[in-house]
Amino acid sequence: MTPVILLTGFLGSGKTTLLQRLLTDPSMAGAAVLINEFGEVGLDHHLLDRIDDTVVLLKSGCICCTVRGEVADALSNLESLRTRGEIGFDRVVIETTGLADPYPVLQTLTAHPVLRSHFTNGGVLTTVDAVNARLQVEHRAEAVRQIAAADRIVLTKTDLAEPGQEAALRFRLAQLNPAAGILTTADPIEAILGGFGPAEFLRAFSEGQGGAHGCGPSCDHPEHHHPDPHHDHHHHAQPHHDETLGVTSFSLVIEGAIDWTMFGTWLTLLLHKHGERIFRVKGILALEGEDRPVAVHGVQHLVHAPTHMDHWPEGPRQSRLVFILEGLSPDLIRRSFTAFTGLSDVRAAA
Amino acid sequence: MCSLCGILGCDDHWTNAIARPGVYSRNHDAQSRRTESARRIKAANAILSFRRVTLDVWQGRSYVVSSPTGASSVFEALSHLWPEAETLAGRDFDPLDEGLIAWMEERGRV
Repeated sequence: MTPVILLTGFLGSGKTTLLQRLLTDPSMAGAAVLINEFGEVGLDHHLLDRIDDTVVLLKSGCICCTVRGEVADALSNLESLRTRGEIGFDRVVIETTGLADPYPVLQTLTAHPVLRSHFTNGGVLTTVDAVNARLQVEHRAEAVRQIAAADRIVLTKTDLAEPGQEAALRFRLAQLNPAAGILTTADPIEAILGGFGPAEFLRAFSEGQGGAHGCGPSCDHPEHHHPDPHHDHHHHAQPHHDETLGVTSFSLVIEGAIDWTMFGTWLTLLLHKHGERIFRVKGILALEGEDRPVAVHGVQHLVHAPTHMDHWPEGPRQSRLVFILEGLSPDLIRRSFTAFTGLSDVRAAA
Repeated sequence: MCSLCGILGCDDHWTNAIARPGVYSRNHDAQSRRTESARRIKAANAILSFRRVTLDVWQGRSYVVSSPTGASSVFEALSHLWPEAETLAGRDFDPLDEGLIAWMEERGRV
């Protein structure tokens, strides 16, 4: 299976600049690249040094509404060329437009009857402009969806940011997507590209990015002492809430083993009814009859095949399920989960 | 084939993923498939009973949802269950609906 890395980020957030840098790394020598643009004239591909048969420009405009078929066609074409021995590649990078919702591309990879046999989701990399992102996040739903879908966030233009601006943005990003690692363009390429798999997932939870790290009122983790003027106190019991867009992230922290079958039925039904407003769900689960944890992650209506992990991260063996959503009540979701699974010790935590 | 969108081979739902390295699945062999299928039908029926709809296996390969008036609908993959059930019931199944939450809480107490 060939991993497909989705490179997304709002307009002007530095996707192409990052892609240029990534493509200089030897590990990316075997990467095929698909670029989508919004507009009559495609320009971004001229910014890439390497133009050959493995760089394909998708011209039909915004990827979120029109290009799904074209992404499928482009990937199918790449696979055909590889099968015939005309090209070789070991991974694919898709650079989306700045206005794209990553979900349709991920859905295409998962649902397309041919592509899903050859390609797998290699992770979502979202660039975030350290200077302008704060406003974008508060006013543009596209930016929030891109951040929510991220497995890893790469901050760009940090050298242009005002003192304190980056720290405030990091805090806001951690609110919006507590399960994503946050790096900058100054970080090594291997750190930006590596480890989208279960190991990274475990590490995120071990470091408390899963949304519930179990620290008490005396906790002195630096992430709580943030420079955001609107958050000058601990909010451990309350979901993080973005007032402008109504975007909330919170975790269900669940004691006791979960019935996988009922959990799957519940989450499927929840996403069937509310997937448009659930930007992201990601979690680690203790299941009845299983010693090892199972990781689940999804974007809107789409849930990827669950991962059976090798071991539990450090700390208590409790299930944690992170939601990033808009306009839905965390407490209602908690009550629904409790009613459907029959587990009583479930709490919603920021 | 998907009865909703016409796509072939779309029944690889995440709750019933094809067994492969690293993927959590209860889809290893005929016995585990049958056992999990029965559990899934039981779980779904607990929810469907809220609107007096029932789910069952149809000829060993497909599924059928039925209403108390005798109407029924056959479909091939459990991923289509909720759209089919809602069409048959004429109402939705919303896990955040207070009535459905209370229904499931009541069942848990029985």
